[in-house]
Amino acid sequence: MSPTRRDFLKTSAATAASLTVHDLVTDLPGAAQTLAAPAADPMALDLANAALDAARSGGASYADVRVGRYRRQAIATREQQVLSVADSESYGLGVRLLVDGSWGFAATSRMTRRGAQQAALSALVLSKAARAVRRHRVELAPAAPVRGTWITPVRTDPIEVSIEDKIALLLAANEAALKVKGVQFVNSGLQALREVKTLVTTEGTNVTQTFIRLGPSFSATAVGNGDFQSFAEALAPRGEGWEYVESLKLPENAERWASMAVQKLSARSVDAGTYDLILEPSNLWLTIHESIGHATELDRAIGEEANYAGTSFVAPPEKMIGQLRYGPPTMNIQADRTQPGSLSRVAWDDEGVPADQWLLVERGVMKDYQTTREQASRIQALTGVSRSHGCSYADSWSSVQFQRMPNVSLLPGEPDVTLDDIVAATARGIVIKHDGSWSIDHQRYNFQFSGQAFYEVRNGKIVGMLRDVAYQARTPDFWNAMDMIGGKSSYWVGGAFNDGKGEPSQSNSVSHGCVPARFRNVRILNTARTA
Amino acid sequence: MSARQGGPRAVEGGRLLSRQEARALADRVLKMSAGADQTRVAIVSAHNGNTRFADASISTSGESEDTSVTVTVTLGRRRASATTNTLDDAALRRTVDLATRLARLAREDPELMPELGAQTYSAPAAFVARTADLDPEARATAVRRAVDAANAAGEGPGPLFSAGFLEARGSAIAVATSAGLFAYHQSSEASFSVTARTPEGTGSGWAGAGARDWSAIDPAAIGRIAAQKAAASRNPQALEPGFYTAVLEPQAVNDLVPLIAPALNARTADEGRSPFSKPGGGTRIGEQVADARVTLYSDPTDPRLLGQPFDGEGLPVGRMVWIEKGVLRNLSYSRFWAQKTGRQPTGPPQAGGLALTGGTKTTDELIAGCERGILVTHFFYIRSLEPRTVLQTGLTRDGTFLIEKGKITRSLKNFRWNESPLLMLNRLEDIGRPEPVAAGRLMPALRITRFDFSSLSDAV
Repeated sequence: MSPTRRDFLKTSAATAASLTVHDLVTDLPGAAQTLAAPAADPMALDLANAALDAARSGGASYADVRVGRYRRQAIATREQQVLSVADSESYGLGVRLLVDGSWGFAATSRMTRRGAQQAALSALVLSKAARAVRRHRVELAPAAPVRGTWITPVRTDPIEVSIEDKIALLLAANEAALKVKGVQFVNSGLQALREVKTLVTTEGTNVTQTFIRLGPSFSATAVGNGDFQSFAEALAPRGEGWEYVESLKLPENAERWASMAVQKLSARSVDAGTYDLILEPSNLWLTIHESIGHATELDRAIGEEANYAGTSFVAPPEKMIGQLRYGPPTMNIQADRTQPGSLSRVAWDDEGVPADQWLLVERGVMKDYQTTREQASRIQALTGVSRSHGCSYADSWSSVQFQRMPNVSLLPGEPDVTLDDIVAATARGIVIKHDGSWSIDHQRYNFQFSGQAFYEVRNGKIVGMLRDVAYQARTPDFWNAMDMIGGKSSYWVGGAFNDGKGEPSQSNSVSHGCVPARFRNVRILNTARTA
Repeated sequence: MSARQGGPRAVEGGRLLSRQEARALADRVLKMSAGADQTRVAIVSAHNGNTRFADASISTSGESEDTSVTVTVTLGRRRASATTNTLDDAALRRTVDLATRLARLAREDPELMPELGAQTYSAPAAFVARTADLDPEARATAVRRAVDAANAAGEGPGPLFSAGFLEARGSAIAVATSAGLFAYHQSSEASFSVTARTPEGTGSGWAGAGARDWSAIDPAAIGRIAAQKAAASRNPQALEPGFYTAVLEPQAVNDLVPLIAPALNARTADEGRSPFSKPGGGTRIGEQVADARVTLYSDPTDPRLLGQPFDGEGLPVGRMVWIEKGVLRNLSYSRFWAQKTGRQPTGPPQAGGLALTGGTKTTDELIAGCERGILVTHFFYIRSLEPRTVLQTGLTRDGTFLIEKGKITRSLKNFRWNESPLLMLNRLEDIGRPEPVAAGRLMPALRITRFDFSSLSDAV
């Protein structure tokens, strides 16, 4: 058990809820069937050491080098055509270092010793320039050096599956969808990533990890009566192998998904007003991401994102931790970089901190933030946690690592309530399926979300389909209006392949598990303005 | 074209690939791909330097350099691409082989267009060496000037919190085909923005600018305006949500109007799924779609835009007037769709920058002419709600003020709004002079009636 994990257990009074996700989502059975973790490339280690030596000689008190090799594949199709097949590989290294408490970072794709040393020298120059404009020194929380290798547990690396098989699968789904009367357009696609990342630091950390992520997509558009409506199925991106895509059975399900677009053409336009809102997990994951995931990022809370992504209403930390009532006592929000199948799963973060699992919100009350080594001391006195929670991440060898969101999930309630139970208990409401348009303000108060399909509930029954629906609320009001929550049998993991933050903007991949839930008296808008 | 001084260099030595270096690299790849029916090589060489600060301290600063090569191989009617940033012969050959293998596996594409042969391009002078080479010390000095100016301007108790970002980049892009095409373009770009927040947390102000030439950006002015807006926006009051006249500053207009661009697609219009689809079939080209004062165009040769003179296939991009005096004049045609419908291909909208013109007034004059309305500094988190009308939702941010009888009278709480940048151009009360808001963007202030400010936001 890592020190970080001990910190977590020590400070978590009620860990029962936090440990349930592993009961819900488990690793692939039989480790022997999964791919073995590759070791570090000797050349990568040689270049990293050359850069670290240059950093030390230049006076760096700390330096880390990330050598990354990223292989990305993307396929896009429409109807019976292949729109694009692209495969890309990017290889390079980034050097981050501290001189006298100021950061410098430089990255290069010139993978020679000289290139690596020059990157270190550039980073030294940057650090010196940064020192001229600063109020405080950077201090890193302690982290024990780690060594090892890790790979996302998969049976089949999706990059290794033939393009022909991938295209055949997508076109078979499109063909099935086009059989639905009224469906004129179908788009489907697949993106896959294999990332091999070696991290070496002046503190003795030396780890090589291989991450595998993939994201399928499918949407259909129906045209009729001078109108068009689209439906996008919720095919969550995951940190899993090709076996995940196979499990989605795209060709078998495409007809059913496409028929949703046709049904939307004849749905009734919603009457704006106040309704009880029942969100399926395929919609709620994104609301969690925006209104809790981003709000509990410590860099936002202390102003570091003020010029771009924004700050947070969950600030200042000294007035929030243990005090802010985020939601009802049934609300437990867990951050977790160990969750099987999730996009943000790692063995160690980009500072070599072991993957952690901790509660952000416990029984409805704000408990902790997402942290890196640079940030941990900021709230140590409030949380009693001296170590980083391991939220450091950079999206490329060419990007500097900073605090990014781990998987953030709403834990299931007890007893094992289902979506049907919630509908049956609702007199006047709307059920929303899958994520649609989303927007939230720069302190994460006012949000407005839509969905893919909407159903009217009257007296405990679904009575018809609606359209033009968006819900708008204020984050603390919304979560405190949650009065029913699903149980573990309805737990589902959604996620975002490309979540943006930082300047220059970087993309993070993150999952969110959740259960269906009901929110009382939420404002519903009609989005069909025409002038 | 302002090629860098010093003559051709080895790939490993320089920052950006010169025209000769790019051509030599493309030729190497094309030779390796001689077995394919057709090949396209796209090269992107870029250098980026950035400095980020918060709480008046530089938090991260970085530099990166990279050159990538994308090989697109065509075999009959099959086509696929592969990209690498490792430029030795072995890696390039591997990439050519991979693209060839992927193309062999790909399905036949009935819409495939053959690669273009040699073309003639305009040569916008979009590269300024002092911008592409802005060094860490110069960036730190600019940050210092902005922070000092913000502190000097932010009267009130306690120091202002300021945060911001400066980025300068240079890039060289080349496209070559086995049919004899070669296109090359260098550009530079700098951007700088500052957010200032008052110590008690009730006021926030933003200012920013972007240009191809760093010397067009005044860091002290950006710091000062952000601080003044922060101070003026203290203790905002709530105004009942609803339809109000809005004065949108040029940066706010730049957040909205470019969202029309994806809808300027001829194919989706012809297919009946666009705001520019004519009911019953066809497009709305020739119809009035906006106020008669509004003209929207792209033009890489416009000295205030200096866009890229070709698209990803090497197709020359020229001046395209999308909306002229409110009438839809053109939509963007891919080469396939142009051939199918008997039109000229245009390349994607915005390849040549984007400009909205039609007025001569300053933002202050638009405010002065407003009886009662809301002044918006800029917008945040804009997302599409309804593709049929280009309806968007988003929020105001960092300086939202009430205007009464031509004067700014008080600070307002931020709003969420639901509005269509296309529909709003039909509710135009007045239009300002086009201002350079970012590299390749020219936008005016606008005064719009009945802007839908739909709910209040507590965010400062």
